[in-house]
Amino acid sequence: MYLARVTGRLVATQRYTGLDGVALQWIQPLDEDGKSMGDQMVACAAISSGPGDLVMFVDGREAAMACPVTFVPVDAAIVGFVEQAISKGVPIGRGAAGVS
Amino acid sequence: MFLADVIGTVVAPIQIPELNGGKLLLLRPVTPDGRRTGKTRVALDRAGAGVGDRVLVVDEGNSARGILGNPKAAVKTVIVGVVDYVEADTRLYDHRTPRKHGNPA
Amino acid sequence: MLIGKVVGSVVATQKDEKLEGRKLLVVQVHNQQNKPLDQYVVAVDSVQAGPGDMILYATGSSARQTTVTEGRPCDAVVMAVVDSWDLGGANVYEKWS
Repeated sequence: MYLARVTGRLVATQRYTGLDGVALQWIQPLDEDGKSMGDQMVACAAISSGPGDLVMFVDGREAAMACPVTFVPVDAAIVGFVEQAISKGVPIGRGAAGVS
Repeated sequence: MFLADVIGTVVAPIQIPELNGGKLLLLRPVTPDGRRTGKTRVALDRAGAGVGDRVLVVDEGNSARGILGNPKAAVKTVIVGVVDYVEADTRLYDHRTPRKHGNPA
Repeated sequence: MLIGKVVGSVVATQKDEKLEGRKLLVVQVHNQQNKPLDQYVVAVDSVQAGPGDMILYATGSSARQTTVTEGRPCDAVVMAVVDSWDLGGANVYEKWS
């Protein structure tokens, strides 16, 4: 699992059948300083997150298990809304930091 | 499995039910001699670890599901041990020392 | 998942029998700002995508979690056709504009 910031939403009506009703959101993975770590990607939202939120996500095959139908081609899923993350004694901000 | 330093805590009041309110810690993967390697991760703690500890981590779904006893959990990264010491390249890295960063979990 | 544009398809008569009947699309990867990258992926189609479509694809073992790819040698699958997206409140891509 990794920390990330939700940066946007994505709409796709024509999608794999088991994915109906699943929200798709852009995320920017973050490192321990709250800075961008790698490239942005699209994840399924298993919780009701939205742009600007600090979240955690799971990658790989396990991501599909967070979806309503678990046999779906999903490789990233938002699994938690992070209220507070403290790294080396310093909170990782909840503002726009980390969004490029 | 890999070694990591616990560098922080994560509080996530809204989460998928499989996480079950368990303790979440922020990890920095490290080499045996303490150099940073790989991406910062969030892990579910199953070993009673705290900030400053060097820990043993699995980042693989099948093992994680086995540990949690839930075949459907969307969880991959789990702390499975707190490291006492590591022997590598004929050196001994002892971690039975006081915690480095304040604010123990 | 990452996004990309369908720029072509692959035809291969001689291939693993488990890939028979699968539509293979050539996808050029785009970043979140819709900038095309010099990076291409061949992905199996599961949603009737066509040339020019902006699509979303999943990689790794997740790609085998569809009825058309289960148990087959496949590590990328097109799982949605993208209509639009926004970043930081600003619209970046709109299919029907």
